[in-house]
Amino acid sequence: MFVQTFPIVRGDFDTAGEASSKIKNMLKKLGISPKIVREVAITAYEMELNLVIHSLGGELKLEVRPKSIELTAKDDGPGIEDIKLALKEGYSTASESVRNMGFGAGMGLPNVVRHCHNFHIESELNKGTLIKAGYSLDEKED
Amino acid sequence: MKVSEVARILNAKILCCEHRLHEEVTSAFGADMMSDVLAFMNEHTLLLTGLVNPHVIRTAEMLELRAIVFVRGKEVPEEILERAKEQEIVLLATDKTLYTSCGLLYATGLPECRRK
Repeated sequence: MFVQTFPIVRGDFDTAGEASSKIKNMLKKLGISPKIVREVAITAYEMELNLVIHSLGGELKLEVRPKSIELTAKDDGPGIEDIKLALKEGYSTASESVRNMGFGAGMGLPNVVRHCHNFHIESELNKGTLIKAGYSLDEKED
Repeated sequence: MKVSEVARILNAKILCCEHRLHEEVTSAFGADMMSDVLAFMNEHTLLLTGLVNPHVIRTAEMLELRAIVFVRGKEVPEEILERAKEQEIVLLATDKTLYTSCGLLYATGLPECRRK
């Protein structure tokens, strides 16, 4: 099994995307199919941006097993008040400055759901949020 | 449609990666919100945007896009060019607006990007 964890700093837009870029390159080197690599990269990027934009800081973890890949985003708060609302397309609590950078369209979490095989989210206010996106490597290619 | 043809139609300046002008795009998407780009686009889509910042290239990297058109005559800083060169993404720049650029390409038969 291959595991790597990337610490993600709150508000650090200069490095936002670097972890996802590394994840993408690692998966390519491991010989994962291009289709899965692309899906995981998009998910990782959305998760990473969510951590930068919304969390107090956290980590993004990549786990690669023979038949599956799992991405985990874990943060130290502030937690999501209404998960159902956060999963709704177009709903965003991002600031104007974040929107000016091209993010905060309220597509982040829905994109994660759309680009993974298994999705799990749990969140507690003032505690933190845990999001898992899983991929099966057994599925046949298109 | 080849990226070189896109450049011709939009009277666009080629900013980098000329060696990839032969790449094909099969659809196009115009947006300034990268979150929408991530939701709608696939690797064969041409991105047209008025947003000029390094996150555009990072987004394109994740989606494995082949070409980006910066519209409305935006100045593209060296940092962005360097990042695009690393990823071998063709960057084009046109003085036309997003509306006009999309319209011109649409009129030639290049369709919108359909969501997966």
